[in-house]
Amino acid sequence: MQPSPVRDLVLGLFVAAGLGAIAYLSIQVGGVSYTGDGGLVLYATFDEIGGLKARAPVAIAGVTVGQVRSVELDELLRARVEMEVDAALELPIDSSAGIRTQGLLGDQFIAVDPGGEIDMLASGDEFEYTESALSIERLIGRFVQDSGVDSE
Amino acid sequence: MNTLRKLGFRAYSFIVHLGRMAVFLGAIALNTVRPPWRLRRFAGELFDVGVLSLAIVCLSGATVGAVLGLQGYTTLTRFGAENSLGAVVGLSLVRELGPVLTALLVTGRAGSAMAAEIASMVTTEQLDGLRMMSIDPIHFVVTPKALAMLVAMPMLNALFIGFALFGGYLVGVQLLGVDGGTYVTSMENAITLEDDVAGTLLKSVIFGALVGLIATYRGYTSEASSSGVSAATTGTVVTGSVAILLFDYVITALWGV
Repeated sequence: MQPSPVRDLVLGLFVAAGLGAIAYLSIQVGGVSYTGDGGLVLYATFDEIGGLKARAPVAIAGVTVGQVRSVELDELLRARVEMEVDAALELPIDSSAGIRTQGLLGDQFIAVDPGGEIDMLASGDEFEYTESALSIERLIGRFVQDSGVDSE
Repeated sequence: MNTLRKLGFRAYSFIVHLGRMAVFLGAIALNTVRPPWRLRRFAGELFDVGVLSLAIVCLSGATVGAVLGLQGYTTLTRFGAENSLGAVVGLSLVRELGPVLTALLVTGRAGSAMAAEIASMVTTEQLDGLRMMSIDPIHFVVTPKALAMLVAMPMLNALFIGFALFGGYLVGVQLLGVDGGTYVTSMENAITLEDDVAGTLLKSVIFGALVGLIATYRGYTSEASSSGVSAATTGTVVTGSVAILLFDYVITALWGV
């Protein structure tokens, strides 16, 4: 096969495009939307997290500012959630974290309500006030139980 | 009795072909690491497989993505879940449709051409000519072709998925009015690197090896006649397509990707 500069150029373009597409899939589509390190790492402990999973978004006033890194059980058998948010974010230490649902059938995410203190949360801090996921089964169960007690 | 005999012979020759294919694969693997490396021949084959398949792969990708967006939207909107359109389109493309459709397209476009080329070299005794010059045809002709298929497939797959995501975005967001941010966020949240993207690359690498092996084997073992060339071409497309779909099930069942 004769060497041909034009063909080599086109082939090089193809390989670059192919590798670029693989990189795009890995980094943009598959990877994290907030770059690995350098973010503010915060913890929150919940009694009930519902269907919250790693990579779920963390939002303030509906704006996504970070994501859940991991969910694990602590020694008191409560769910400890590690999340990473934008490093530039200044959150008062009395901010609260709650687990909400996007729409009726949507995924669960962590909604942060900023507090009013002057001191700010630093990396590694824990949210003092948390609000567990709302479990519809538990609500219905409580309702049924309560109405049963009333009728007796 | 005669039918039974024929059936038995079919089964017997299928097993024999499997065995020969394994030996053939071993020979290709051995010739891959054996110098001299035919880089220029490899580049030429990569051009034939990759660049010449590019147009059909990108066009099909955009079309498949657009159809997925349309179909997914009409189904999801019944449940009021059109906000998950990005996740539906992205997951089905990355996990399943991307690697499988790309492999089927490349089998038809490049695999058949590969088999026909080798088969006509058999017919015109070019491979015997190479052997007379003590050049191993597997080293000179077969290995660069099979390797080019293996290398080109993941890249074509990634390009297919990229164009399909673009097509889905075009229909879902621009045409049907799903919010662009919601579409992209639900897609990026649903697709994970270690599960879905690694899985799509694994699938396309295996499919590439499979198509490369089948195409070169069918060409190399074809009869030295014009009907042998056509049989090798048809056989590559038929065997290749069936093998891709079978392996797709096996990979999905084994690794859950």
